Amino acid sequence: MSLVVRDLAVSFGGVAALAGVTFRVEPGTITSLIGPNGAGKTTAFDAITGYVRPLRGEIGYGDAVLTGLRPCDIAARGIVRTFQRTSVFARLTVLDNVLTGLHLRGTSTLAAILGGSRTVRVEEARLAREAEAILALVGLADRRGRRAAELAGGEQRLLELAIALAAGPRLLLLDEPAAGLTAAEKLAVTGLIRTIRDRGVTVLLVEHDMRLVMGVSQHVIVLNGGLVIAEGPPAAVQASPAVIRAYLGQGAR
Amino acid sequence: MARPPRPAVRAALWLSLLAVPYGLPSPYHLHVLIMAGIFAILAQSLNLLLGYTGLLSLGHAAFFGIGAYASALLALRIGWPFAAGFVAAVVLAAGSGYLIGRLAIRLRGAYFVLVTLSFAGVVSLVAVNWMSLTNGPLGLPGIPPAELLGFAFVTKRAAYYLVLGVAAGAYLLCARLVRSRIGRALLALRENEALAASVGVDGTRYLALATVLSAGLAGAAGSLYAHYTRFVSPEVFLFSYTVTMVVMVVAGGKGTLVGPVVGAVIFTVLPEALRELASWQWQMLLYGVLLILTLFFLPRGIVPSLAAGRERR
Amino acid sequence: MEALLQHLLNGVVLGGTYALLGIGLTLIFGLMNVVNFAHGEFYTLGAYLTFAATSLLRIDFFPAIAVAIVGGGLAGAICEWALLRPLLRESIDTTMLVTIGLWIALQNGELLAWGGVARSIPHPFPTAPLVIGPVSLAPLRLVVLGAALLLILGAHCLIHRTPLGLALRATFEDGETAALMGVDIGRMRTLTFAVGSGLAAAAGALLGPIFLVYPAMGDLAALKAFSIVILGGLGNFAGATLGGLILGVAEELGAGYVSSGYRDAVGFVIIILVLLCRPSGLFARAGRVG
Repeated sequence: MSLVVRDLAVSFGGVAALAGVTFRVEPGTITSLIGPNGAGKTTAFDAITGYVRPLRGEIGYGDAVLTGLRPCDIAARGIVRTFQRTSVFARLTVLDNVLTGLHLRGTSTLAAILGGSRTVRVEEARLAREAEAILALVGLADRRGRRAAELAGGEQRLLELAIALAAGPRLLLLDEPAAGLTAAEKLAVTGLIRTIRDRGVTVLLVEHDMRLVMGVSQHVIVLNGGLVIAEGPPAAVQASPAVIRAYLGQGAR
Repeated sequence: MARPPRPAVRAALWLSLLAVPYGLPSPYHLHVLIMAGIFAILAQSLNLLLGYTGLLSLGHAAFFGIGAYASALLALRIGWPFAAGFVAAVVLAAGSGYLIGRLAIRLRGAYFVLVTLSFAGVVSLVAVNWMSLTNGPLGLPGIPPAELLGFAFVTKRAAYYLVLGVAAGAYLLCARLVRSRIGRALLALRENEALAASVGVDGTRYLALATVLSAGLAGAAGSLYAHYTRFVSPEVFLFSYTVTMVVMVVAGGKGTLVGPVVGAVIFTVLPEALRELASWQWQMLLYGVLLILTLFFLPRGIVPSLAAGRERR
Repeated sequence: MEALLQHLLNGVVLGGTYALLGIGLTLIFGLMNVVNFAHGEFYTLGAYLTFAATSLLRIDFFPAIAVAIVGGGLAGAICEWALLRPLLRESIDTTMLVTIGLWIALQNGELLAWGGVARSIPHPFPTAPLVIGPVSLAPLRLVVLGAALLLILGAHCLIHRTPLGLALRATFEDGETAALMGVDIGRMRTLTFAVGSGLAAAAGALLGPIFLVYPAMGDLAALKAFSIVILGGLGNFAGATLGGLILGVAEELGAGYVSSGYRDAVGFVIIILVLLCRPSGLFARAGRVG
């Protein structure tokens, strides 16, 4: 299923963060959303996932219309996002963090839980196994008992990824997943993103690290000043004069 | 999350809880334990909201009072049996909890506190002024004792076992809830609501759920209270009850299963023990100071601090 | 018709003092973002200080009120410095609970110090009411209204017309920049809390002679202060003033036409209704609500 964004506009107190962007994210791809600071990338994420109400525009995923839905409902439709600033459940253990991410994968009702039904125990065991698998995938299995707040910065980023994966997304929106990571950690994350794509999850990525972006994406969308100024395969975008102007025009990075 | 205690420890605990009425020197001591039990239920109910969902309700005495009045009025005016009155008390309290939960959908933090305070204030005023229903400040005397299947819980010993049963039941329900996906959803709301929403946790739904369960439990405590003390007046809405509950939960350890129970026992037994030494006003003054000291030095509460101390050794 | 005017007049008198309560809390809650549940206790403190000054120390009425205001402000400064400053980095829940602890401790401290019997504060004004056309007004109430208006004006000037007030507003608008400009943030916070508490004490000192003084009087006052702040919008000085007047008038009209038993419910109902329908307050500009 494709994510279709049509004429999306978001304004904060009179300032247009997004001035009417239109793009598509094809299923099974890794697409990157890039642009100078303040171009509106995170705002686009916020609008797509329901954290911010757009001024106008439509967001569709397959047959479903996403505009106006709440974040938890959008997650239920298979679209999960991460946040620009590291967001974990600080006081919970790593395992509990991922178990919480598995919320939508459980079906126990309140009555069954309070009644101590056996199906609840069976489901909890299943969820625990799934959590372990995800932790193994991101490489945090030996950290399962630590509190999330005790993890190093790079590990917390991995935990964020694990939590998002746990929710079983079909479309994963990653907001600067490599920010603040060492070179080795970035390599690991890039590998993870590819593995996730290979498992059939579509990935939309916001990133500032151009090497990572160009190396991993099939498709790149460039935003500047709240508008799409270029899009296409990485090589074409890199060579686009409009893009070069946008970045250089902002001053040396 | 904490592991349940070993079976041997659990068995010993149960044995001592069941045998306690036979080892106490006087009915007065049993009375204190009964009140501790009722407060344990109240503290656990507040903990569901404050400790697990992260919402401070300063109006919990309202749910307690609604449960107490409902149970009392149904028994006195319509002659309902205790079991039916108890269930009705829970349902009515839970219903008002639902109201608060739905009304307070977008409110968090201080605003939620204010709405709960205001709600309690209004309910309290209604209890005082609606004379025809509640008999106003004079209260409702002569409430019949609890009875089940023909057996009336008249003696203190019987009342103790009834309260123990309900308190244990409350503990069991809380334990099951907290260790489930719904419990994790509540914790997620407390820790990071935006992140919780991104993985599909419906904040409004679970907030309402938490308030409903919390209020229902408080209503259960109210019903027990009414049929034990046999008298209900607007004094149940006294702010000092809410304060005591908050101190029990915060000092005992919010967000833990055992903390509120421990807090309830300590802060029911201790005041009675100190009754000879200091008046009720000194007690309340001490509560205030204690609350502040706890927040400064033992911010997680007594039980978690003890557990952490043991872990370190 | 006369009854209506009388109620309105009484409401304005009450509202003027409520406005003091509200302005004090909007400074603390609105600017400092401290949910001060102990606000009502400074109100009570103001009343008791006035009582002590006039009855025990035999100080005259107006100086006694001044003593109460200064005393309240000082107490506020001490509380901020000792209790709130150390916990600055903690969550807002912790701050809330600390102010609740302070609320309990202060109220029961007063109960122990003065006993539960209500006291009355003597005042030097004639008791015979002044008759102005269809309405009558006790001289005391007129004085109270005048004093309240003066204090409101004074507070307004302090906040909006003095360099100190500018520093204060800068601190809460953008603390980092203010600090870079040489503003002592810690001192500003203490000062704001002191001014807020002093205003609450003023309200208590002025209403004390009209009503009675007893330890629990602050409970309702605190809630009313919150309802005024919510009504007027957090940090909105003018909104708090208007909110206070609205509450005072609404209470008097409610007590006169509906039922006096439910008069205190007006504040509660306002809180609930405003938070449900327009959480940013009646007078705040529309924006995102936290």
